[in-house]
Amino acid sequence: MLKRLFMLIALVLIAILFFDVASNFTERSELSGISQYYVEQGAEELGAANLVTSVVVTYRGLDTLGEVTVLFISAAGASLLLRRRRNTNKKLVVEESSEIVQTTLSIMFPIIMLFGVYIFINGHLTPGGGFQGGAVVASALLFFMLARPNDSISHKLLMKIESLSGFTYVVLGVLGVILAGGFLDNRVLGLGEFGSLFSAGLIPLIYILVGLKVGSELGSLLQKFRE
Amino acid sequence: MFEFNLPLANIVLVTGFLLILSGLWAMFIHKNIIRMIIGFSLMDTGIHMIMVALGYITGGTAPIFDDAVDGMQMVDPVPSALVLTAIVIGLGVTAVMLSYAVKIHQAKNSLSIDDCAEQKW
Repeated sequence: MLKRLFMLIALVLIAILFFDVASNFTERSELSGISQYYVEQGAEELGAANLVTSVVVTYRGLDTLGEVTVLFISAAGASLLLRRRRNTNKKLVVEESSEIVQTTLSIMFPIIMLFGVYIFINGHLTPGGGFQGGAVVASALLFFMLARPNDSISHKLLMKIESLSGFTYVVLGVLGVILAGGFLDNRVLGLGEFGSLFSAGLIPLIYILVGLKVGSELGSLLQKFRE
Repeated sequence: MFEFNLPLANIVLVTGFLLILSGLWAMFIHKNIIRMIIGFSLMDTGIHMIMVALGYITGGTAPIFDDAVDGMQMVDPVPSALVLTAIVIGLGVTAVMLSYAVKIHQAKNSLSIDDCAEQKW
């Protein structure tokens, strides 16, 4: 009972704090500082139509590398926790899903995959990008796992895709140091025509890598949970 | 005192605060680990909403250059980018928490936090 009272008091105190912030908050009417610079100069400087992408991949590219690392570490941690003991290595046999689901899988799987790839290839032009596209790819893999519970996706292949794309990401970042202004600078390649698919230097390449990495990472995470 | 002026950002901000509070509440009162994780996810979503609300500019549009947004005021792209990071990291943390829950379930055959009494100090 006493514990509950303390919880309630803590919650009320936090609520008072929040209320104070919320009631004194007024919507901003203009940009300030660095955002102003990004909005005014960002498109010209980096050649990407989607400003969020320029911020994520180039201006704060190091953060994104850290973010990819965090995702990798959490996937590794989860698979460490969920590893199977050798002696309990019996295959779980589940009933096959119905023909309708299997047929839907063979029609929808390539389409969902293609959609994911489309999202991360167009990350510098439209809302979307590597992480979102990777999540869509992983959802296609999840669909596969649900519809065909007895087949598994090659774990080795996923791991290879993941580590290769992570490695290439870092190599591209270092290329930026050598050929352009700094780590993960996207102006290694030409900026191209603004708003076309092949533009914005390295950004599409990096987002393709991030998309592949996130997709394979989430896929192997889902597979671990299924086992 | 109870008067919020109600532009879009304020609505999103208040909703975010409410989500954080309900997530904290869920984490406090539930004994089931899965429900605590759901509370954590609620809180996570609330924080994202607050961050997005802080970056909103009155009458702003998405920060993507296109024919349709020509000359319009854009919202701040930095909080959006940060939220993108936060969502991914939240996902990773949730995955690790869920795998701990699976482990606890294997070891104790229950999901209640009360069965982990030896961890208590």
